Amino acid sequence: MTQTRRLAEGGRVQRAKVIRFWFDDKKYEGHPGDTLASALLANGVTLVARSFKYHRPRGIFSAGAEEPNALVQLESGAHTEPNRRATEVELYDGLVARSQNCWPSLRFDFGAVNSRLSRILPAGFYYKTFMWPRAGWMFYEKFIRKAAGLGRAPKQSDPADYDKLHAHCDVLVVGGGPAGLQAACAAGASGARVILADERMEFGGSLPDIAPGDANIGGLPAGEWVARRVRELRRMEEVTLLPRTTVTGFYDGNFLTACERAGERFGPHHHGAKERLWKIRARRVVLACGAIERPLVFADNDRPGVMLAGALRAYINRFGVLPGRRILVLTNHNGGYRAALDAARAGAEVSVVDVRAAPSGATVEAARAAGISILAGHALSAVDYARGRIRGARAMELSEDGRAVHGEARALQCDLIAVSGGWTPAVHLFSQARGQLEYCDAQHCFVPLDASLPDDDARPACAGACRGSFRLAQCLAEGHAAGLAAAAALGFKSGNDAPDLTAAEMHDESDGSALRPLWILPCEHPIGAGPKKHFHELHNDATVADLALAAREGFDAVEHLKRYTTTGMGTDQGKTSNLNALAMLAELRGAPLGELRPPTFRPPYTPLTFGAVVGHERRDLFAQCRTTPMHEWHVKNGAVFEDVGDWKRPYYFPAQGEDMHAAVRRECLAARNAAVLLDASTLGKIDIRGEDAVKLLNMVYTNDWDSLAIGRCRYGLMLNEHGMVFDDGVTTRLGEHHFHMTTTTGGAARVLNHLEEWLQTEWPDCKAYCTSVTEQWAVASLSGPRSRDVLTALCDAPHEVARESFPFMSMREMRVAGIPARVFRVSFTGELAFEINVPARFGAALWRELMRAGEAHGICAYGTEAMHVLRAEKGFIIVGQDTDGSVTPLDLGMGRMISKSKKDFVGKRSLARSDTARAGRKQLVGLLSEDPARVLPEGSHVVEKWSRRRPLKMLGHVSSSYFSPNLGRSIALALVADGFRRKGETLEIAFPRGGHHRAQVAGTVFLDADGARARG
Amino acid sequence: MSRYSLFSLLRHSLDYHRGWQRAWRNPQPKRAYDVVIVGGGGHGLATAYYLASECGVANVAVVEKGWLGGGNTGRNTTIVRSNYLWDESARLYDHAVKLWEGLSRELNYNVMFSQRGLLHLAHNVHDMQEIARRGCAIGLNGIDSEFLAPAQVAKMVPFINLHGRYPVLGALLQRRGGTARHDAVAWGYARAADKLGVDIIQNCEVTGFGMERGAVTGVHTERGFIAAGKVGCVVAGHCGVLAQMAGFRLPLESVPLQALVSEPLKPALDCVVMSGSVHAYISQSDKGELVIGAGSDAYNSYSQRGGFDTIEHALGAVVELYPVFSRLKMLRQWGGVVDVTVDRSPLLTKTPVGGLFFNCGWGTGGFKATPGSGHVFAHSIARGEMHPIAAPFSLERFHSGALVDEGAAAAVAH
Amino acid sequence: MLLIKCPWCGARDQSEFSCHGEAHIARPENPAALDDAQWGDYVFFRSNPKGLHRERWMHAHGCRRWFNAARDTRSDRILATYKPFESPPKIKDQKSPAEKS
Repeated sequence: MTQTRRLAEGGRVQRAKVIRFWFDDKKYEGHPGDTLASALLANGVTLVARSFKYHRPRGIFSAGAEEPNALVQLESGAHTEPNRRATEVELYDGLVARSQNCWPSLRFDFGAVNSRLSRILPAGFYYKTFMWPRAGWMFYEKFIRKAAGLGRAPKQSDPADYDKLHAHCDVLVVGGGPAGLQAACAAGASGARVILADERMEFGGSLPDIAPGDANIGGLPAGEWVARRVRELRRMEEVTLLPRTTVTGFYDGNFLTACERAGERFGPHHHGAKERLWKIRARRVVLACGAIERPLVFADNDRPGVMLAGALRAYINRFGVLPGRRILVLTNHNGGYRAALDAARAGAEVSVVDVRAAPSGATVEAARAAGISILAGHALSAVDYARGRIRGARAMELSEDGRAVHGEARALQCDLIAVSGGWTPAVHLFSQARGQLEYCDAQHCFVPLDASLPDDDARPACAGACRGSFRLAQCLAEGHAAGLAAAAALGFKSGNDAPDLTAAEMHDESDGSALRPLWILPCEHPIGAGPKKHFHELHNDATVADLALAAREGFDAVEHLKRYTTTGMGTDQGKTSNLNALAMLAELRGAPLGELRPPTFRPPYTPLTFGAVVGHERRDLFAQCRTTPMHEWHVKNGAVFEDVGDWKRPYYFPAQGEDMHAAVRRECLAARNAAVLLDASTLGKIDIRGEDAVKLLNMVYTNDWDSLAIGRCRYGLMLNEHGMVFDDGVTTRLGEHHFHMTTTTGGAARVLNHLEEWLQTEWPDCKAYCTSVTEQWAVASLSGPRSRDVLTALCDAPHEVARESFPFMSMREMRVAGIPARVFRVSFTGELAFEINVPARFGAALWRELMRAGEAHGICAYGTEAMHVLRAEKGFIIVGQDTDGSVTPLDLGMGRMISKSKKDFVGKRSLARSDTARAGRKQLVGLLSEDPARVLPEGSHVVEKWSRRRPLKMLGHVSSSYFSPNLGRSIALALVADGFRRKGETLEIAFPRGGHHRAQVAGTVFLDADGARARG
Repeated sequence: MSRYSLFSLLRHSLDYHRGWQRAWRNPQPKRAYDVVIVGGGGHGLATAYYLASECGVANVAVVEKGWLGGGNTGRNTTIVRSNYLWDESARLYDHAVKLWEGLSRELNYNVMFSQRGLLHLAHNVHDMQEIARRGCAIGLNGIDSEFLAPAQVAKMVPFINLHGRYPVLGALLQRRGGTARHDAVAWGYARAADKLGVDIIQNCEVTGFGMERGAVTGVHTERGFIAAGKVGCVVAGHCGVLAQMAGFRLPLESVPLQALVSEPLKPALDCVVMSGSVHAYISQSDKGELVIGAGSDAYNSYSQRGGFDTIEHALGAVVELYPVFSRLKMLRQWGGVVDVTVDRSPLLTKTPVGGLFFNCGWGTGGFKATPGSGHVFAHSIARGEMHPIAAPFSLERFHSGALVDEGAAAAVAH
Repeated sequence: MLLIKCPWCGARDQSEFSCHGEAHIARPENPAALDDAQWGDYVFFRSNPKGLHRERWMHAHGCRRWFNAARDTRSDRILATYKPFESPPKIKDQKSPAEKS
């Protein structure tokens, strides 16, 4: 028989339907409505995991997001996911889970040897050893790395889809328990746009964990009240209900992230988003996040079968599972007795060990009346554990101060121990919102300090248990008030009458008033001495002895303690352990707990899937891919592309059987002997208009722009205020007050921002207006001695492009192949060239026509690599390749580009600084390798004399280097210290991958020094 | 104080580790010291340690506003490397790596320096040119560097996607690069400095400087005035605040830098991988968490937190480069305050105030330099003249223009 | 993530904006008249305050207009935004509530 621990009735699982699942290759059954944890418990599975450090056997500790133990590897292959909390995974048919961090099996785990060695592995042991020999750490580390970690990363790509969306609302309510539901109803009824998010599969918070009939609200059983509120909310048009949605982060400006486990419950083969990230901008936020139960820490409190009392109630009442037959409840307050009562009612044999000497109150009386034996003033001093199960426990009498136990150990029969040490408000989001906490002595917990946040629209309102209001009636009232206030502050008027929120809850004594503030329970040995371990932090196996050791060694600042012992740094982020660690530290320091500040809570509240954060922005949508209007032609004609910024640019066009070298060679030769065509559409283009346009150009370029005639083009260098070259390009005067500026491909956005920055923030009176037109114009750069012939064939009248009527560095508007075009006679190849700009939609047509017309003249398309070679032959720089942000125009030998007459331009003053103006700076020169066939690798460094000595003094580096097919030799450009004066010197070039070669310093222009070809 | 070793660990296990002594004392500040170091992070503690151990200046106090190692030392992604372009940087950072290599033994504290190798990926032609140039310079500077082909990258990083939107064309590898345990660095230096007599005073915020005739005379603190002839400020993001107290400004701004870790996993990534074009850097800690560095937010802030969009970008890049990681989960994200200079190089400098030294401006990459920074800063303070390795990093460079521009050198344009 | 009120467009998500450092640093009228130190101060040195900071933002993915914001760098709270060349609103540099407690 399966599901031996499933109760015959009760709970919210659908018993009529049986679903199958596998854990460690064994098949089990459960029901819809189960979590993996509840189904495992229903099947009597107690051992589910091995702990992080000592590999101790572990079971299911909680019923929710705070689970420190029951982490499993969910599914396999491409769908596998490590470290999933069994308490949060909704059961679906065919679910496969495995235990992790154990080998060869969960029961017989080699790693458990760590547990045997634990005596020499206290907190921080690794800081004190593994230092021999000098590099020994790398050796030890291999083993430590293997032992550490939990689950395994998938090895296959993730087939799941993730969704991500923005949402805006008036009121975001976090948490769908009584306070949150009521807050959402109150706000929603006013017409405000409300989002209600709750991490569990159904709303109601802890209400479904309460036995039916134990709680009534407004005269209704709690379950019915929840159902009505949810129905009511569903009817409200402006309300969005998000169950299974954890609000993970609270960022500035009321921006919150929430992760919806949208499709997971349908299994791995579900089509549609597995998870969905909501990026919510809320005008108001109501936090109703509830509270997390605080465990008691006792000897060997980590045994499978030790569980939070509230979790026990959840398994009984929500899931219809009684995980133990003989249940021992260990508590320090009356609230713990409610688990005892529920367990007794479900048929378990129940006893209570209460650390208080004289427990009293209605709940305690009810327990007595139910025949539950109560051992008061005692602590558990030992847990008998064998073969995966708790076999019993022993209790000893506590001293008055709670620091010691004495007397005979009393053996207690039990197979499950439920612990409750009160409740800790879930203040995580409040804290993330920069709110601070204060310690509430009455409730023994940290609560939000509203006043720590400015009293304005940004301040979230806390309601219910997350602000330490544990009674049901309080929760409802606070939720209602917070919902109303949030809506009212936004101008939404509440129409409805005050609802009946009178709450009656049986044994509602969970407010901590009767709690004995004792959480760390002693045993017969001093804590830490002897074989027993007190784990205050289950996930990382951090013990109370570790805390004491840390404090002893001086790590008694909260953050030191946390880091030294790794407390609170596990996948649960210390949800059940932080407060106990803090309490222990307070005791060690002899300070009241209230004086300590809890460590900062950081997002996310629960671990957030990378895929959900990334959403659709992966694979093809990771980054935009910009292509030109001619792109399709390039693809069809076999172009090899290179990434330049976001652009795909043809790198070269290999013909049949050609490699890169051959293709580039052919393209380069064609450029100087026939005609070639480059897609230059990616160049940045900025349209500048206004009566002060010249003034603007004069300020941002180093040279003079007043004299530029309409229809003429001029090359300009742009500096930043540091005096360094940061872009270059040709700008053309289209009209008296109208210019067309071009920039580098990568610099387009940067240059536009640069211009706008000056115009908007420094020269508001400058009447110049800039518009990016990069994508409006397609540009075909036609180059080569036959280029005029090609163009002539396509224009209306040959004289339009004749040498006399269309001089170098000028622009004409004309029709090319019938397409209206701006043709610029500018050249980056040093050949006769025409840059033909047409409206982008004609780009492809223009290209085809040029290629067709050029056929007779031996035209070929060329890519960026040939372009680089051609311009290097001419000594033209590429900003970003021959400059690196530390190069001035003077360093480039372009002093002639600096206007003598202008009083000022951006960067001018920096050129006169002592270091910038000094002699001997690195200067751009040409290099000719001794062996003309030898291409000096780019990135090579120039040294005076080669030697094997290191460091070797470097004079500069090779920034551009190619084999020039036109010159039949290799050429290079380099930045070399004092390079101008070194012309003619032979220097040594050291290659990046080893090797060296001699080269002579030359000028930067290798071909056609007087520029006759371009003027062609 | 007992030495740490396997033997001492065994010996102390006999009494269940009840016999361990404090790692450092918790002294009351004296009225005067020879040198006061402001800032108890890695760099500050290292400075104090080397002052005492190498410069013969043991009468030193480190005053720390909060808990030691609580600033960027405890918030970084623990990467150590020295593969810098410019000679000045290479000297400084490799000086640090050499000290890292013997640090655990020197401090008798395992800082877990693990030279697991650091890969710098190249994704386009410009990147390839950049790594060629840098790799060559690094090699000529006597620092190890290797060029890897994509297939070699795939061998080192089995899960990497070589053919994404920005394909991996190659990589620069520094085998001596790697990671160290960040907290241990602060603790190790603190313990070793304390042993040499340095007073480490936590929870003691500096509120101003004592100055006479243009020279510093000590620091005003929450716990009174502490006199010192020389003061070294090593407070990273907050150096601007201290400079303001001393009456001058610095050429830097404090911005948030964020990082995150995943849940712990069995070993999946052995080396450190950085990518500039697909902005992500990632390694796996010994605990098994993937440690991921996000970019810095673009606005000034002292609040140790940044925007979620920065996290989205970082994870977008990680999932692009390692698609198999998309199912992993972000466990924790956090932010630090980094002081960024225009040239992305630090300031190790004298100031307009006599006897007042600043060590700051490390921006997003200060952790790796910790031992080197402390070492040359200690020597500079002791001598009153900047150590030759530190000299190029003076304030003066922002007036003369002699920047050590590590940022611009990597800039992309075509 | 900050919510920033563009003076032209209204409140928008921070991801639409880019930040460009300290505001109200006027470019010197006559750079040639400055010595290297004065010029360096203008180009590189910033006040970088912990507290009230007046800084420049651009609505990069919106109207592409520049404006100024007064923001507390301790809390990142934006206290005011205003157009360039508008006189900055008077804001007292208060201690944030978080620091008081």
